Amino acid sequence: MAGVLTDREQASGTDGATAPGGSPSGSGSRGDTPAPGRRPGRSGRSGRSGSGMSRMRRNDLFWAAVFILPTLLGLVVFYLWPVVRTLLISFTETGPFGGSEFVGLANYRELFGDARLWETMLNTLKFTVVALLGIPVALVIAALLSTEGLRGVRIYRVLYFLPVVTMPAAVGLIWRTLYNGDVGVINALLGLVGIEGTNWLSNPATALYAIAAVGIWLSLGTQIVIFLAAIQGVPKDLYEAAALDGAGRIRQFWSITLPQISPSVFFISVLAVIGALQTFDLIFVMTGPTNPAYPQTETIVAQFYQRGFVENQQGYAAAIALVILVVIVAVTALQFRLQKKWVHYV
Amino acid sequence: MSELTTRLPRRQRPKPLRRRHLGVHAVLVLGSVVMVGPFFWEVMTSLKTLGETLTVPPTVFPRSPQWGNYGDVFDTLPFGQMFWNSTIQTLGRVLGQLVLCSMAGYAFARFEFRGRGLLFGLFLSVLMVPSQLFLLPQYEIVAGLGWLNSLQALIVPGLFSAFGTFLLRQFFLSLPRELEEAAKLDGANHWQIFTRIMLPLAKPGLIALAVLDVLWSWNDLMWPLVVNNDPTKMPLSVGLASLIGQFSVDTTTLMAGSVLATLPVLLLFVVLQKQFIQGIAFSGSKG
Repeated sequence: MAGVLTDREQASGTDGATAPGGSPSGSGSRGDTPAPGRRPGRSGRSGRSGSGMSRMRRNDLFWAAVFILPTLLGLVVFYLWPVVRTLLISFTETGPFGGSEFVGLANYRELFGDARLWETMLNTLKFTVVALLGIPVALVIAALLSTEGLRGVRIYRVLYFLPVVTMPAAVGLIWRTLYNGDVGVINALLGLVGIEGTNWLSNPATALYAIAAVGIWLSLGTQIVIFLAAIQGVPKDLYEAAALDGAGRIRQFWSITLPQISPSVFFISVLAVIGALQTFDLIFVMTGPTNPAYPQTETIVAQFYQRGFVENQQGYAAAIALVILVVIVAVTALQFRLQKKWVHYV
Repeated sequence: MSELTTRLPRRQRPKPLRRRHLGVHAVLVLGSVVMVGPFFWEVMTSLKTLGETLTVPPTVFPRSPQWGNYGDVFDTLPFGQMFWNSTIQTLGRVLGQLVLCSMAGYAFARFEFRGRGLLFGLFLSVLMVPSQLFLLPQYEIVAGLGWLNSLQALIVPGLFSAFGTFLLRQFFLSLPRELEEAAKLDGANHWQIFTRIMLPLAKPGLIALAVLDVLWSWNDLMWPLVVNNDPTKMPLSVGLASLIGQFSVDTTTLMAGSVLATLPVLLLFVVLQKQFIQGIAFSGSKG
């Protein structure tokens, strides 16, 4: 996860006023990029006097235990053990009166033979592909916001960021009214230019894309903010040199900005994919099982929820959860493989 | 005279610049309309009569604002109770994580002990696992404790955070060591150094974590949906979602409820804009 750490490190550098060695010069902060986690504090502690060492170590160990144990225990109970437990549950089946019995790989066999799994998987994949289309939009807006001497950047930034801080359940409700086929404002606007709209959320042909568009709308602010920070880190002299060579703004964007911030683009694409593969809130609020278009929008996580918590098939749901894990790991690994072809580390 | 000469060129320069940005502003304003328009429509709808929401073509402004729609929210849902549940859930998780994650993060940043790298790797591994892998067993545990439909069900699993530990560790690493060394020479123990020196210095990091936690806790849907199905124990996110299948609930009420449910975090965002944006930029997560 080098890309993730890199950006986190970078962001933390620009974060607080107290952070030392912040980045007054853009090129300086860029230099940190290839070596995440190698902050001065981490190494260089070996030069201590030998005699007090073991006592100090033991002392440190005691305090480390006091400081870390509460969180460690909580993580083990609520996060690490559950992963093991989910694996175990996936080999069992819950009886009608509770209690469960070991069924080996039966859940997996059933799962892979189930057309529903492949349908929800395909839906999830479509969501993911559409979600990626938001990245170029965010890039263009971030590039426009980086225009030298532009006024009102802070206001734009706040406006584009608003959806990020809004509860997805509320967002779903709002867009349901906007998308309404009979009285929705979107169809009214389309009508003005002579396009006849549809009932976006109950039409099986459009529902998934309508929801995915809201997903883009929801995460655009995050992406813009990260791209903005990255663009600000690009050395100014590169642009000056390009301008001297007669490169226009669009040319500069393609040959300087984009390659320079490609690590951030990669980071965002990894996050966008992981997020889209787990789409649930919007589906739950915007279509839901009673909607005629539900089969065309149900994601794999929605199916997990349905099986695990509505239909009480914990074993089957646990198997789905593990499939989700495998899919996410595989897709992320693929992205890391592909990044060598297009990500440009300075 | 001199005033005039210095002013003139300055006044003249921005003009062509601004004109050159006209195209940029046009695109950005159009984008802003798409981003903010839905909220505008939400507020307008929340103030209309039901009849007005059904007109074709739709009207933009309500003829006379129906503030009563906001009262209807409280008749439809135990809204006050849900608001309280959301508040307690959020406060509980935020305060708990601030205490626990700052302690763990500090220890990982500053204490030398065998297996530190391994243990930290274990913490990080939690970050890589999608939340669906935790959900079924977490439910089992909470149910086993008899906590279904309780506030502690909403709070307790959210008290522990690998992400928060990671975030604050990074922050502590960026702080200078000199102050601690001086305090150590003065005979302060680790606890005193941590609470009196390091925590005050770590305030920006703590605020970043708090802001992210507020956002994630307040908006969280799946976990509370799973553990609390008693309306008086639900947070607002689940309460709102529960209204959807009910045909008896008017759009105007739904919109008024949405406004009320999102308002607290929105206000916090207005006050702490910089911290929100930096926090999100740091985490990169949508929550």
